[in-house]
Amino acid sequence: MTQILVQSLSGLASAASLFLVAAGLTVIFGVTRIVNFAHGSLYMLGAYIAYSLVTWLPRGHFPFWGGVLAAALAVGLIGVVVEVLVLRRIYKAPELFQLLATFGVVLVVQDVALAVWGAQDLLGPRAPGLRGAVDVMGERFPLYDLVLIAIGGAILLLLWLLFQRSRFGVLVRAATADREMLGALGVNQRRLFTGVFFLGSALAGLAGALQLPRESVNLHMDMAIISEAFVVVVVGGLGSLPGAALAALLIGQMQAFGIVLFPRITLVLVFLVMAVVLVLRPYGLMGRANAAAIVLPPEPPLRALSPKGRAVALAALLLAIALPPFLGDYALVVLSELAIAVLFAASLHFIMGPGGMASFGHAAYFGAGAYAAALLVKHFAAPMELGLLAAPFAAGLLGLVFGWFCVRLSGVYAAMLTLAFAQIAWSTAFQWVEVTGGDNGILGVWPSAWAVPKLAYAYLSLALCLGGALLLRRAIFAPLGYAMRAQRDSPLRAEAIGIDAFRVRWLAFAIAAGFAGLAGAVFAFGKGSVFPTAMAIPRSVDALLMVLLGGVQTVMGPLIGALAYTGLHEQLLRVTQFWRAALGAIIIGLVLFFPRGLAGMGPRA
Amino acid sequence: MSVTRRAAIHAFGLAAPAIAHAQAEAIRIGEINSYTSQPAFLAPYRNAWALALDEVNAAGGIHGRRLETIFRDDAGRPEDAVRHAGELISNERVHLLAGGFLSNVGLALGDFANQNRRLFVASEPLTDALVWARGNPFTFRLRPSTYMQCAMLVEEAAKLPARRWATVAPNYEYGQSAVRWFKELLTRAVPGTSFVAEQFPALGRIDAGATVQALAGANPEAIFNVTFGADLTNFVRQGSTRGLFERRRVVSMLTGEPEYLDPLGDEAPENWIVSGYPAADINNPHHSRFRAAYTARFREAPKLGSVVAYDTVTAITTMLKAAGSTGTDAMVQTMRGLKFPTAFGENEVEFRAIDHQSTLGAYIGRTALRGNRGVMVDWRYADGRAYLPSDEVVRTLRPQG
Repeated sequence: MTQILVQSLSGLASAASLFLVAAGLTVIFGVTRIVNFAHGSLYMLGAYIAYSLVTWLPRGHFPFWGGVLAAALAVGLIGVVVEVLVLRRIYKAPELFQLLATFGVVLVVQDVALAVWGAQDLLGPRAPGLRGAVDVMGERFPLYDLVLIAIGGAILLLLWLLFQRSRFGVLVRAATADREMLGALGVNQRRLFTGVFFLGSALAGLAGALQLPRESVNLHMDMAIISEAFVVVVVGGLGSLPGAALAALLIGQMQAFGIVLFPRITLVLVFLVMAVVLVLRPYGLMGRANAAAIVLPPEPPLRALSPKGRAVALAALLLAIALPPFLGDYALVVLSELAIAVLFAASLHFIMGPGGMASFGHAAYFGAGAYAAALLVKHFAAPMELGLLAAPFAAGLLGLVFGWFCVRLSGVYAAMLTLAFAQIAWSTAFQWVEVTGGDNGILGVWPSAWAVPKLAYAYLSLALCLGGALLLRRAIFAPLGYAMRAQRDSPLRAEAIGIDAFRVRWLAFAIAAGFAGLAGAVFAFGKGSVFPTAMAIPRSVDALLMVLLGGVQTVMGPLIGALAYTGLHEQLLRVTQFWRAALGAIIIGLVLFFPRGLAGMGPRA
Repeated sequence: MSVTRRAAIHAFGLAAPAIAHAQAEAIRIGEINSYTSQPAFLAPYRNAWALALDEVNAAGGIHGRRLETIFRDDAGRPEDAVRHAGELISNERVHLLAGGFLSNVGLALGDFANQNRRLFVASEPLTDALVWARGNPFTFRLRPSTYMQCAMLVEEAAKLPARRWATVAPNYEYGQSAVRWFKELLTRAVPGTSFVAEQFPALGRIDAGATVQALAGANPEAIFNVTFGADLTNFVRQGSTRGLFERRRVVSMLTGEPEYLDPLGDEAPENWIVSGYPAADINNPHHSRFRAAYTARFREAPKLGSVVAYDTVTAITTMLKAAGSTGTDAMVQTMRGLKFPTAFGENEVEFRAIDHQSTLGAYIGRTALRGNRGVMVDWRYADGRAYLPSDEVVRTLRPQG
């Protein structure tokens, strides 16, 4: 009994800090519709700045809490800077495009933090007077965690008062409900957005600063918190503050009791919760349908390439075919990787662009293909050809299963459900050691003898990947592609003419998964080994970046995005230690100057 | 890292066919590591690598040839590591590969080395699979493996009166293997030992309060800890506040390494039995010279990663001098059974011919507070040679042929 009580108090303490982060994220999303990937970075900065202030100031109650508050305010200001310099310029850009910019910010902040605070974990001082523990029915519970629970409750109350009783709060709620209407009523949206960004960032900073007495400050804090914060926000319902509070409570308690009952479930628990909630309640616990529906003007119809464009594309293709014999071994490897990236990006683009569904978990299908091929080789000693053949079907099958749930949802909810499934797939690969080898992966997945020479393998990858990408392109202009675009732009009219939107989306999802799986299999044989990283979040993010960078609503977008992103990544990784900051800065620059993506800068093809 | 003209030319795939190699051409090592994803551990590593390299070259290099290293960052991703390996071999024309911090990166590089018939000297990865289940003729590993470190700690754990144990380990291969070996070896050494609780927090994301509470709930007599880094810090803070460590002994992997002990500052736990590296207190002449040289150049004490890097370069240098050739076969043959000195200043280390594992050891001791920082006391050097299974067992663990 005592155990249960103390364990639930532990859960409450985690819930309190989760809530602070999630509250900021949900308010920012509600008003600006920005999926702020950089929220975790702001949290990390809060912790680092608080560390610097608190260790620099003399010890005592006032300097400690003053330092924490000052850190929160400082992070709020950093948030404003990011908003004014970057995000404000791209509010009109397509949905999710801001995600790209915030990801650029994440990369830059990582290197800045490394440069300023160094690589070592920093252990901040504990809160003065709160080092000890209180006796809870014979068990000890840290005093500071009790204070944290109280702070979480107090912030919830303050935010509730702010939103219910102040003009700012009314405007925030109005903007969350209907941004266009608020604009039509003459409210200065710029000031409102900046204000909201300040509030949300300061909350993230506060949450980070408050962790100082609990954990060490380190460079992995940003990524550790952001996925959980997203889960809380989505489970609670996007833009809903009470929802975030409820979800934080739920996740905190699940975490606390889950590890007692199933100690090995830690990797996937929060994502399991999210998947269950989203399947049962498509808009989260307290979200409303209209909060997620983003009214976009229908996209103008896609046109096939002009004769001139066709000539350029053909020339590029011929070049890709003619060039390999003149390249060195390493250049051939890079060429294969580019081809894989192109197919991977094209498969994601297939559902994102014409399909109108975002996926944050596309790596699951890439990884499924890679693992299908590798498992065949490992357990059945299958030749490479069989692996390549089976991979798209395995991944497509997985796409059918996961897609059946995901395509019912829309917008960010659908994207987050794909993420949840991807994490479930990833943790399966990670923990099912007997079959997948766990994180030690599957080794010895090398190509058949004829494809071992780099030149042969480069041609094989080119043929499969460019062939796959061309097939996908063909599908966009086939009846399926028209149906996809119809249900995206006008669900009602599409239904009226007899298009079954669910089936179209489901089929598209599975096709995209299949082609991602093919890319994964080519990848596996190119690398000779498969690890769970093949289906981890960073790979999904890579795909998303490539598609967004290239431009979602263009047919050539994924191709150009994949080439640009992979090329940049490969070059920067080799030439500079600060490749993350460089890549981040370039991404931000591209977002600012080409808000329709790289392929969108010319006449639309 | 600076961009050499050579790299710039290669970057655009315009490389001319191999230029005729001059007689005194440098010997090049391609070193791949997770520099950006694990900077806290790899900065001291890279420092010591540079130190060792400069010392070798100042002493005339390898039979008059300079030793050079080309570093690459794999960002913690095995696939990037494999790509770098390809680039280092075909563009930079390195003679051998080295590095690896994460186990999966080490395994991917090992498999790449095997496929491409190149020598790979794995410095840091701990996984047993690297030399046993997935060992191959071209891969050698320097650091004492998970199994060896477990065996060293079990020897001490078996002396404790505790019979009810709980374990806490990060949820990935290293943590799982460590717990598995610890249970197996301790149960063999002390029949009647029971394990009453296991916790596997996600790496880098421990929910420390709940984890500590779950362990306390099982009321073990002793705890085996495998967490490290940020997880360890959070675990220690919550554990000491909640009294988890009172009247309980803790046996802990790697916690005595400065990388993990230093960040804990004055909150370092006391009286834990740990493996590690008491850098300040090893005063044999060889280690003192290494420590003085390192401290003079980088203005901080060496960490365990520094020793690993220094010893890796020493091993490679010793091998190159003995092999007298940079052909892979000659180098691999020389590596098997190669003996070289360690910066620890302890017994000579040998790369065992049977499984390509080095016999480098580790220090086993207790933690204590000295001033406002944690240190190791009552330590002794556990020679790796004594903590490896018998040759018959190794032959069953490692594919033969």
